[in-house]
Amino acid sequence: MKIHEYQGKQLFKKHQINIPIGIPALSIDEAIQAYDTLRSDIVAIKAQIHSGGRGKGGGVKIVKNKPDAEKHIKNIFGMNLITHQTGIEGKKVERLYLESGVNIKDEFYAAITLDRNKEMDVFMVSSEGGVEIEKVASESPEKIIKIWIDPLIGIKSFQIRKLASGLGLTGSAFKEAAKVFYKMYECYQKNDASILEINPLVVTGDDKIIALDSKFNFDSNALYRQKEILEMRDLSEEDEMEIEASQYNLNYIKLDGNVGCMVNGAGLAMATMDIIKIAGGEPANFLDVGGTASAETVKNGFRIILSDKNVKSILINIFGGIVRCDRVARGVVQAVDELGLSVPVIVRLSGTNADEAKEILSDSDVSVIPATGMKDAAEKAVKAINN
Amino acid sequence: MSILVNKNSKVIVQGITGSEGEFHTRQMLEYGTNIVGGVTPGKGGQKTIEETINVYDSVEESVSKTGANTSIVFVPPPFAADAIIESSYAGIDLVVCITEGIPIHDMVKVKQIVEKNGTRLIGPNCPGIITVDECKLGIMPSFICEKGNIGVISKSGTLTYEAIDQLVNSGLGQTTAIGIGGDPIIGTSMKDCLELFQEDPETEGIVIIGEIGGQMEIEAANWAKNNMSKPIAGFIAGQTAPPGKRMGHAGAIVSGGNDTAKAKMDHLEKCNIAVSESVADIGALMKSLMN
Repeated sequence: MKIHEYQGKQLFKKHQINIPIGIPALSIDEAIQAYDTLRSDIVAIKAQIHSGGRGKGGGVKIVKNKPDAEKHIKNIFGMNLITHQTGIEGKKVERLYLESGVNIKDEFYAAITLDRNKEMDVFMVSSEGGVEIEKVASESPEKIIKIWIDPLIGIKSFQIRKLASGLGLTGSAFKEAAKVFYKMYECYQKNDASILEINPLVVTGDDKIIALDSKFNFDSNALYRQKEILEMRDLSEEDEMEIEASQYNLNYIKLDGNVGCMVNGAGLAMATMDIIKIAGGEPANFLDVGGTASAETVKNGFRIILSDKNVKSILINIFGGIVRCDRVARGVVQAVDELGLSVPVIVRLSGTNADEAKEILSDSDVSVIPATGMKDAAEKAVKAINN
Repeated sequence: MSILVNKNSKVIVQGITGSEGEFHTRQMLEYGTNIVGGVTPGKGGQKTIEETINVYDSVEESVSKTGANTSIVFVPPPFAADAIIESSYAGIDLVVCITEGIPIHDMVKVKQIVEKNGTRLIGPNCPGIITVDECKLGIMPSFICEKGNIGVISKSGTLTYEAIDQLVNSGLGQTTAIGIGGDPIIGTSMKDCLELFQEDPETEGIVIIGEIGGQMEIEAANWAKNNMSKPIAGFIAGQTAPPGKRMGHAGAIVSGGNDTAKAKMDHLEKCNIAVSESVADIGALMKSLMN
């Protein structure tokens, strides 16, 4: 789960990581009021969407007077912000964050995330702050300093010293940075974050360390014990159908093709998408119905798939284990009957009670196309579109 | 022979009185798994499954009373990490964790502890292990399996079943099939399983099923290139998965670069592993390698 920059900064504040003075705003009026309240010579007006690259897309402006502030507030609020992470459709800006400017002496990059290969959290810092860190990582990896944290003992002071001295810091800035790094790890740990990134983390003229940005990702498996984080969830940032699907315990991701698919298990669902492509089609979605494919699940699955108007055929691929294929078949017949489906439905059922399932499908009045094996199913689903 | 489990494994079920735990305990008993007890804190002294299986309050107690050396965990996600650690400290040799949805920060700690204590962990978020006709330690539909000489290693549950089904249709049975789980942190890697199959005289060929995300398939392929004498057929799911999206398994997310399906398939081939582009050809590919 992601949160907005200003929410991340509220978390920083709670964990005693310094941030510039800032005020979130949910309307143009609120934003103008916030500008007045800040009474600062320099103010940053920042669009709050769950995507990076906001500045490049025109969603961040620095202003020095009120007329400019009003102009940019009105421009940014409600704009359709397109960045390299939003895709071409962009994202409507419905929240702004106004922040006082700070006197920047130096800019760094700092982040904590899981290193899957080392199976430990990695803390990374770089003196190349404020720029695209992916570029630094690929072009000059030696400029990124990393330490790996033993989860049983936590981050140790020698590691923190390595990070701070790696950035070339000395004196009071070194001490300040060490404190901030420790607090960052604490914030990452206590909130079950999977990514905590600050880019840039700046040193001010008076050697204070301040987080100018915040980027968080949280482990969705841990949200049950993170009520405060869960309250920060902004549903308007998420895909409507994906939210609806999750309410039915379905895992749905919309894609760009026209062959809808409904599968039990994530791996099999991905493999089904792949074989649709091999058969010459394009998958319209990923949909994992999980371990229990009942009539109700199948019906909800159909509804969600068909909310995508591009879908021209639907492939159901169930490998029955605990799930019994005859029950799935009855569910399909019932759902097709009730929903009065207009697109062809191709059904491949294998595993527990597959033979009974085939009989149920062939004896029913609804027209579904039975398939044997995944290749046959994918080819029939693609062919059905062209008919 | 087989790997990890056989008919002599003495198994306890953690979370045996929960609905999942009870259901699958029955299925496992039916298959012939040697279940010697169950653990549910607070329910020690009770008997379950028609009064045939003793329930204990702790793993430690169950080990001292039954001599259990293997555990399967059906405990809900908030308590599952604790359950694994409990088994590890009670001296259990092999823990299979079926539970899906364990917080990643918990698993990072669990991984360090099981390694320190020398406990073999399979999963979490996996269908478990089956040694055909001897022991099922998991939730897979065992009736699809047939005894034979192929080992199966897979990150995905239903894709494991698909592969087993295709093997049987191609006339190939299995020694042991292992669902290692699709989470970012898992107890036993693909490479670990390859090592075990390489040493198992009964296993003559191996199917590996991976997916997008992480470097586990790459690591396994690198090891296989220099150490495996047995033929391997591979498949990677997620060729059409868009980057940055979590595809069901917490681990199945492409972060860009060398964890795409394409990158993994290319690397497997470089390491002399035959790769099936289509999921429908896994069984046939293994068959062709065995001839």
